[in-house]
Amino acid sequence: MPSKSTFNDLSYFMKLTTIVNSFLNKIKNISNLYLLPLFFTPQLAFAEFGLNLTEGVTSVSRDIYGLHMLIFWVCVGIAVVVFGVMIWSMVFHRKSKGAKASNFHESTAIELVWTLVPLAILVAIAFPATRVLIDLENTDEADMTVKITGYQWKWQYEYIGQDVSFFSNLTDVQKKATNDSATREGMKHYLLEVDNHLVLPVGKRIRFLMTSNDVIHSWWVRDLGVKQDANPGFINDAWANIDEPGIYRGQCAELCGKDHGFMPIVVEAKSEADYQIWLGEQKEKQKALAAASGKEWSKEDLMAQGQKVYSTNCASCHGVTGGGIPGVFPAMTGSPITTGDVNAHIDIVLNGKAGTAMQAFGKQLSDSDLAAVITYERNALGNSVGDIVQPSSIKSAR
Amino acid sequence: MSTTTTDLQDEIDEIEGSHDSHDDHHHGPEKGLMRWVKTTNHKDIGTLYIWFAFSMLLIGGAMAMVIRAELFMPGIQLVDPNFFNQMTTLHGLIMVFGAIMPAFVGLANWQIPLMIGAKDMALPRMNNWSFWILPFAGMMLISTLFMEGGGPAFGWTFYAPLSTTFAPDSTDFFIFAVHMLGFSSIMGAINVIATIMNMRAPDMKYMDMPLFVWTWLITAFLLIAAMPVLAGAVTMMLTDRNFGTSFFDAAGGGDPVMFQHIFWFFGHPEVYIMILPAFGVVSQIIPTFARKPLFGYSSMVYATASIALLSFVVWAHHMFLTGMPIAGQLYFMYATIMISVPTGVKVFNWVTTMWRGSMTFETPMLWAVAFVILFTIGGFSGLMLGIAPADIQYHDTYFVVAHFHYVLVTGALFSIIAAVFYWLPKWCGNMYNERLAKIHFWWAVISVNVLFFPQHFLGLAGMPRRIPDYSLQFADFNMISSIGGFAFGASFILLTYIIVDCIRNGKPVKEDRVWDSAKGLEWTVATPAPYHTFDTPPSKKVILEESSHIGEH
Repeated sequence: MPSKSTFNDLSYFMKLTTIVNSFLNKIKNISNLYLLPLFFTPQLAFAEFGLNLTEGVTSVSRDIYGLHMLIFWVCVGIAVVVFGVMIWSMVFHRKSKGAKASNFHESTAIELVWTLVPLAILVAIAFPATRVLIDLENTDEADMTVKITGYQWKWQYEYIGQDVSFFSNLTDVQKKATNDSATREGMKHYLLEVDNHLVLPVGKRIRFLMTSNDVIHSWWVRDLGVKQDANPGFINDAWANIDEPGIYRGQCAELCGKDHGFMPIVVEAKSEADYQIWLGEQKEKQKALAAASGKEWSKEDLMAQGQKVYSTNCASCHGVTGGGIPGVFPAMTGSPITTGDVNAHIDIVLNGKAGTAMQAFGKQLSDSDLAAVITYERNALGNSVGDIVQPSSIKSAR
Repeated sequence: MSTTTTDLQDEIDEIEGSHDSHDDHHHGPEKGLMRWVKTTNHKDIGTLYIWFAFSMLLIGGAMAMVIRAELFMPGIQLVDPNFFNQMTTLHGLIMVFGAIMPAFVGLANWQIPLMIGAKDMALPRMNNWSFWILPFAGMMLISTLFMEGGGPAFGWTFYAPLSTTFAPDSTDFFIFAVHMLGFSSIMGAINVIATIMNMRAPDMKYMDMPLFVWTWLITAFLLIAAMPVLAGAVTMMLTDRNFGTSFFDAAGGGDPVMFQHIFWFFGHPEVYIMILPAFGVVSQIIPTFARKPLFGYSSMVYATASIALLSFVVWAHHMFLTGMPIAGQLYFMYATIMISVPTGVKVFNWVTTMWRGSMTFETPMLWAVAFVILFTIGGFSGLMLGIAPADIQYHDTYFVVAHFHYVLVTGALFSIIAAVFYWLPKWCGNMYNERLAKIHFWWAVISVNVLFFPQHFLGLAGMPRRIPDYSLQFADFNMISSIGGFAFGASFILLTYIIVDCIRNGKPVKEDRVWDSAKGLEWTVATPAPYHTFDTPPSKKVILEESSHIGEH
């Protein structure tokens, strides 16, 4: 045990007070500007700077934020005590200052104290943590359900019971900007913009069902306080009740292959009325898509549409120019499939190839898009087979 | 052949007491390269392990430089995303299995016999084998980078099905490499256990053992329990990939989440395999330079043992988001945060050891103090990550990257550097350049914080891990982190110079006890440590005098 002399020696204490005070004054100036607002008012000016978690827009995200700050301050408190004692002894108990070493090396009482006190702190933290966990795991009584399916490397959103379903891809402009700093600088949401937003109503309890078509993905939108793995062959769930309209961005959080960094999530929260309008528009769109599959297409139209479909769905593996990645993803140019029997080509695009990363696009694309992309693959990317595929042949092949 | 027979002859001679009559080259190592290939000497093998670990550290570090260079600015500048994923994967695998673990085995080889008064390791030929597997496994792992389709690109945790159905062909080589690394680790662990249990000086009781020996004994049991689980995981991957099984494929009745359960049942003890010996190192160094016995020796032993036991029952805290039932999440949260109690006890004990000591700050002490502070910071973020609901926002972000680099770089690696500076004069007989070593320390400790501290902010601000490119709001901290990374990487050039300079041109140390206040049997042998030590075990009196945890009553 430390002898009494240290504790009674006032000069030690006075010295420390002066040191601490001058140190505090020094950091006060900095902290007033920088550190303290960071933790006390995170949602104000400093939120843009991105140093800390934000409160988000759901009750769950606010609970998590509160929990985060609670543990953070507990850690800061413990750190101040432990590092304080440590720095004190490093400053005052050094040989160069003439400190003579004591010989104490055991105290069951002290060991007990610093076992039991931390235990008590942990129990105190465990209570609110348990409450939040029980709340966020309860996905009952949802007003609506959205099924989210992860694909390499895009998301599919299905509005259960609404007949609305679509894919959400990183936009082409964004993909190109990865190699172009000028475009990048001008962008507001580099790598965080998709072609189709997940539109959701505010003030509704929304249940999300997550699953995957291939590898494990993880659907994460920080402001919603939702992150949940999407496992192939299994369904997980989570929920959110969004407070205010706005656009909330997220990303895939589980390494899912080459383009893991390029499958963002954009949630657009709208008022109930606006949401209903949007829902109506979506249903119209899906009808128009079905109509497009019913007609005959010209080769030019097929090629133009095919290029778009290719760059969104195929280019990330098979390459923008069809070269693929040797040993990982086969090339399109001169491949026996893209230059061989058209029916085999249609089959592999429709049904994918089991045991590989080749997805079954029959579930993802309309007849007209499939016809367009197959036509494109056979007559571009260095190939010139010359035939064209009509939506009707896709329909009969399904 | 001749050496083997001679050794055998020596042993027979010793047993028969005719040792004196016979004076050939018994006490010297063999000359030339074959010395290192054939050696069964614990000091030689320790040296081999440490140099192997150091070269792997440089290779893994070079990969980290590629990663930080790509992340220096937004956009894809240097490497394509597929290669980036190979870099993050191999960086992790090489650092864990190639650098940190072999470095600790190297320290164990050098120090355990010296610290328990044993002549050598209990199983010297197996010792040779367990080392010589490593370079081949390491080379096989690295060679995957040059295969068609590239090396493993699925993260060092190799989650199925990304590592099974969707992985490149080179994955089978990766699996074989992991198997070999596992053999090596298990043999190393068996050797450590056999040595500590059977080869201790006859008068040394378990509770007389230095903490480094204790922590390694416990670590060895963790290794024996955990490594076969890893072997099981990769074997299931192998059969899933090549023989039509469906352990991890839902389409065949399997479950990809089961892979994670198996992996982390190995993986969590694994992180303690990498940190418990570090605790041991720091527990040797702090009392030496505080000139005070270690506070709470027995509670340190019990805390280490309870951390080891708890490490087997917390694995699924890596999996809070996989869709575990709520009861599972609650249990794993409670069990996980419990670990901070024994870990806290250790930190408090170190701090109390320093309290009212008579401290000096030679280089090993600087690294040990940095270890205590920075490892504790990693412990705090670990506690935060253990809170299941908060983990929703932290999981798979740079917050996690910051956390495990604080515990593994400023934790495990710092303790290894501390250990090397602490024992190097005993090993090679020369003192390192203290001034340069201090410059190196401050350079490394500042740059490593510039490197990893901003990653906490990046994670909280929403940057996922394992991405080759990021949104513009993450640009500033990534650039700061990369600058810190380059500076930290460059510090190893200076470290290499300091070590080589010490071995070749360092000032010879005259004292057996290199550090005036150091205790332990290793300081009772000559400096540099002779090729063979403790031909006769130390006496009870010496053992008690050298027990660093027993004060002068």
